[in-house]
Amino acid sequence: MQILVNGERLTTDAGSLEELCKRLGFAGAKIATAVNGCFVAAAARARTQLAEADEIEIVAPRQGG
Amino acid sequence: MLELYGTEFSSRMLLGTAGYASPDLLRQAVEASDAEIVTVSIRRESARAKTGQGFWGLIEEMGRRVLPNTAGCRTAREAITTAQMARELFGTNWIKLEVIANDDTLQPEVFGLVEAATELNADGFDVLPYTTEDLSVAERLAAAGCDVLMPWGSPIGSARGLANKTALQTLRAYFPDTPLIVDAGLGAPSHAAEVMEMGYDAVLLNTAIAKADNPVTMARGFACAVEGGRLAYEAGIVEPRDMATPSTPVVGTPFFKIDNAS
Repeated sequence: MQILVNGERLTTDAGSLEELCKRLGFAGAKIATAVNGCFVAAAARARTQLAEADEIEIVAPRQGG
Repeated sequence: MLELYGTEFSSRMLLGTAGYASPDLLRQAVEASDAEIVTVSIRRESARAKTGQGFWGLIEEMGRRVLPNTAGCRTAREAITTAQMARELFGTNWIKLEVIANDDTLQPEVFGLVEAATELNADGFDVLPYTTEDLSVAERLAAAGCDVLMPWGSPIGSARGLANKTALQTLRAYFPDTPLIVDAGLGAPSHAAEVMEMGYDAVLLNTAIAKADNPVTMARGFACAVEGGRLAYEAGIVEPRDMATPSTPVVGTPFFKIDNAS
């Protein structure tokens, strides 16, 4: 399936958000996630199934004013 | 002491962490400022660069309380989701709520701001809203549960100081017991002193220090100005008047003649 991760197109067969994060190298990283504009808590990533055209946000701490 | 959402702070300056030439300069500027609260943000993380992981290490090392923002959000919905991600990421209920109206002024989109503040307060956040100096908006934010208000001084990064001092004074008078923080637009320590002399509780700034030729010295300059302005407010500033009043005693002036006394 094709999804958008942080605005970039990605083809993946990752079943869950947890699996996707792992495959992208974020295992153990300080990140937070959202799917289609809704926050998905870390504890809910494993049970969050991905579907065609899902829009995923993966964010991390950054400098801010 | 400054009290925000039940926590006391001795410093009355909140400092942004963006725009410094290097992480080390940021660390030194924070130290020089004595700020106990630093603002941070969240951004998309690249799987390759993993920029955020290094920054998180720096934040932990600095040991300051973090105030995450929702910078760049255009709608209440974006701001709410961003706040939820920030809460999990930084482990704090505090959120500097920004909903932005347009790129040229970066002014608060106050309708979305009130909407997001209402939902976030109900969801257990301690919301510090970045708002305009408008009194009716401030009232709506307070009614929505915001116990701290952060009106702008002037547009973010503009360094113009207080664009509407009269309205900020009105806000102070109308909300005598609500912590009020001027956030954005301060360019020089004199601007910060002016805010504090008005009885505001604190200032929040970033660009004025980060983009100074010497951010560490400027951080010290702002810290002194904030403290000086606060002390002046606590001491009670004399009222301005139109005509002169001699500070030296008149009685006993040498060469005094009754004709000079008219």
